[in-house]
Amino acid sequence: MIAHLLVRQTIQILFVIAMAPLLAGWIRQCRAWLSNRSGAGLLQPYRELFKLLRKQPVVAEEASMLFVATPYVVFAAMVVAGAMIPMITTRLLLAGAADAVALAGVFTMARIFAALAAMDLGTAFGSMGARRTMLVGFLAEPALLMVLFTPALISGSTSLVVIVHDLARHGVILYPSMVFAAAAYVMVTLAENARLPVDNPDTHLELTMIHEALNLEYSGRYLALIEWSAAIKLLVYIGIGAALFLPWGITQGPGLAGLPMAYALLVAKLAAAGTGLAAIETLSAKLRLFRVPEFLGTAFLLAVLGLLVRYLFGH
Amino acid sequence: MSFVHPNDGFPMTRGPAVGWARLPGPLPVDHAWVDDASWRALCEQWHAQDGRLITLWGSDERPAGLGFVVHAVFTYADAWHWISLATPGDRPRFSALSDLFPEAARLERALFDLLGISCDARDKRPWLRHEAWGPADFPLRRDFTQAAPVPKEADPYPFVRVQGAGVHEIAVGPVHAGTIEPGHFRFSVVGDEILRLEERLGYTHKGIAKRLEGMGLTDAGRLVGRVCADSTAAYAGAYALAVEAVSACAVPPRGVWLRALLWERERIANHLGDLGALCQDGGLAFGHTQFGLLKERYLQTQARLFGHRYLMDTIVPGGVACDIDSAAISDMERECTALLEATRRLRHIIDDHAGLQERFLGAGRLDRTRARALGAVGLAARASGIHSDLRLLWPSPPYDSLKARICLQEQGDVAARVAVRFDEIEESARLIRVILAEIPQGPVRAPCAPPKGTLGLGAVEGWRGPIVVAITRTPECARHHVHIHDPSWQNWPLLEHAVLLDLVPDFPLINKSFNLAYSGHDQ
Repeated sequence: MIAHLLVRQTIQILFVIAMAPLLAGWIRQCRAWLSNRSGAGLLQPYRELFKLLRKQPVVAEEASMLFVATPYVVFAAMVVAGAMIPMITTRLLLAGAADAVALAGVFTMARIFAALAAMDLGTAFGSMGARRTMLVGFLAEPALLMVLFTPALISGSTSLVVIVHDLARHGVILYPSMVFAAAAYVMVTLAENARLPVDNPDTHLELTMIHEALNLEYSGRYLALIEWSAAIKLLVYIGIGAALFLPWGITQGPGLAGLPMAYALLVAKLAAAGTGLAAIETLSAKLRLFRVPEFLGTAFLLAVLGLLVRYLFGH
Repeated sequence: MSFVHPNDGFPMTRGPAVGWARLPGPLPVDHAWVDDASWRALCEQWHAQDGRLITLWGSDERPAGLGFVVHAVFTYADAWHWISLATPGDRPRFSALSDLFPEAARLERALFDLLGISCDARDKRPWLRHEAWGPADFPLRRDFTQAAPVPKEADPYPFVRVQGAGVHEIAVGPVHAGTIEPGHFRFSVVGDEILRLEERLGYTHKGIAKRLEGMGLTDAGRLVGRVCADSTAAYAGAYALAVEAVSACAVPPRGVWLRALLWERERIANHLGDLGALCQDGGLAFGHTQFGLLKERYLQTQARLFGHRYLMDTIVPGGVACDIDSAAISDMERECTALLEATRRLRHIIDDHAGLQERFLGAGRLDRTRARALGAVGLAARASGIHSDLRLLWPSPPYDSLKARICLQEQGDVAARVAVRFDEIEESARLIRVILAEIPQGPVRAPCAPPKGTLGLGAVEGWRGPIVVAITRTPECARHHVHIHDPSWQNWPLLEHAVLLDLVPDFPLINKSFNLAYSGHDQ
């Protein structure tokens, strides 16, 4: 039994690590197609990671251990988050740890390390990026928690496994509260993953950057790990969304037989979400920085509305 | 759109009695030698009566026994006025203009860096000099012989400090995260709000004026056309006009019309590129791709018809080095139709895009009063409601018969500068169609005789604003000096004012909406 759980867990971790750059490549390719460009191909993120991993990293003399350790910490945090989400199967070794509040904590830890490392060197851009990242983070986190609490209220537990189990069991039922939560979740996903309209992942203008400003001083394998973790984070966010709002196809049984089908369904969900994300990014311009609080305030409001609808009317 | 002369209602007097001489060329340029007293009196009078400073520079005329000479060009009333002040002696000084014309401040600092001519302005910091030469070396003096930069210790360059709770500085550049030209921007901010911006430029100073002194006037056009590649046609055109003025060369009508065609094409190509870049900085990658496509097609047409994507070396003293046949005319006609259709559709998309308009509207606002006080010129001035366009104010052939229309906006924000660019694409396309329909037949180039005159001035409304080239010759000792002025000298300081109280992350967008020259400014 334990061996089965271990196998499932290992496959999921490898899947998350290996597929994340492909998802990033797919989104870029969709964006390219949507703006009449041919694009660099699906495998471009892998080539970039490979290039960065081979390069010798340059680290500033003033850098402390924190600066060097942060890429590993962030990468590990994202892998842990990816490992405990029941996006393929609810029977995982780490399933017991898959708590909604704990999950938000894992993301926060990664963010705090990234912000501290950016300020470690004392450069203007690092501090600026850290400041802006914390601004976005402290507004996005409550909204994320509120989103997670709606399904938690429906299933009576903050454990993701119980939530997915409960929601999938009900079959196709449209909960109005979950529609509000889903809308809020899309907005939080955009903000947390530094996507348009909150941040522009393609910008080369250091003064407008939020997430990119944190990474300006990283190079070589450190930069590769940071980029890779960003890709994993996006996959994990979409995975959480798929588990909460489209839980169908996630295997519950003890055997390994259902796994290929579950993986195929997840790939389809990721591809669809990636296309949707590319469409949103193509259609929107970047928000003025001080409009970001309004954007995330709206997300929070929608999430609270979802919670209220569930709480007051039981829908 | 009506045209109001800026001097309506002012008494037209010329001030102190000095001997004005009209220079040859299509522009009405009057030149006079002045002394200290009349230098100051004329500047004060022109300042009081809404004259505009076009450029300020110096030349080393010691071989001719005049010492160092300070030159300034103004437009005032119905003529361009070029005044020259000889400052004999080893420690040349003149009376500063920057208290009257703030746009002169950096020109005065550059004048000291290059020639050691000092003035009574307060700001004594270097402007073009970094570490390539020392504080006691003056590269534009004729006896300066250092061939290559000798790295010197960097002098301290004190930026103005802003004091207060929570105020800190952000230093950006000259090396940026992207592949862009070098400029240093020192922001004083509270949080993300800009309290003050101070620019530092001069990183791309290449000593072009010094190099031009050693070249023959008729051969130097290629170099002048490479000072600032995005305005190569305007630079080469202004230089050709100045050379033609000193060599009394008459350009055949077809050559004159072809030049206007090239200038308008250059304007359209740059506006297309800028609109794409503005969309990209606003986060709308779609607009960037579409305008990039339009610009690329446009440049390919230029490579096919004129032999160079950016029109380099097409305008030469005496005329133009290219000609168009009937196939090229119908080619460009079709191109105009397709381009206008595409840009109009894109304009609808951009105007209706709430997110992008949110970024554009109100960002980087420069009101008319401030723009006027700072001496704004060209596109940036027109976006703030100022009538500034050589093609209308001083129409030389063929613009006198083309009747160009001015494209004005009042708001002075990023949206206004976007709108002026769209309007100017329309207007330039209209002008191109008129040129294609009415271009006279005949030769395109006349031989240019060796220069005989001593002074020549040429000016062209480039896409940023007026590009001015002034040539001073000393025939007795076969020497000349070429001064090239980019409108960015006037417009870089505007940016410092336009960004006040905007947000730091909006700066790249505001900067792009001006899109000023580094190379053209630093030279």
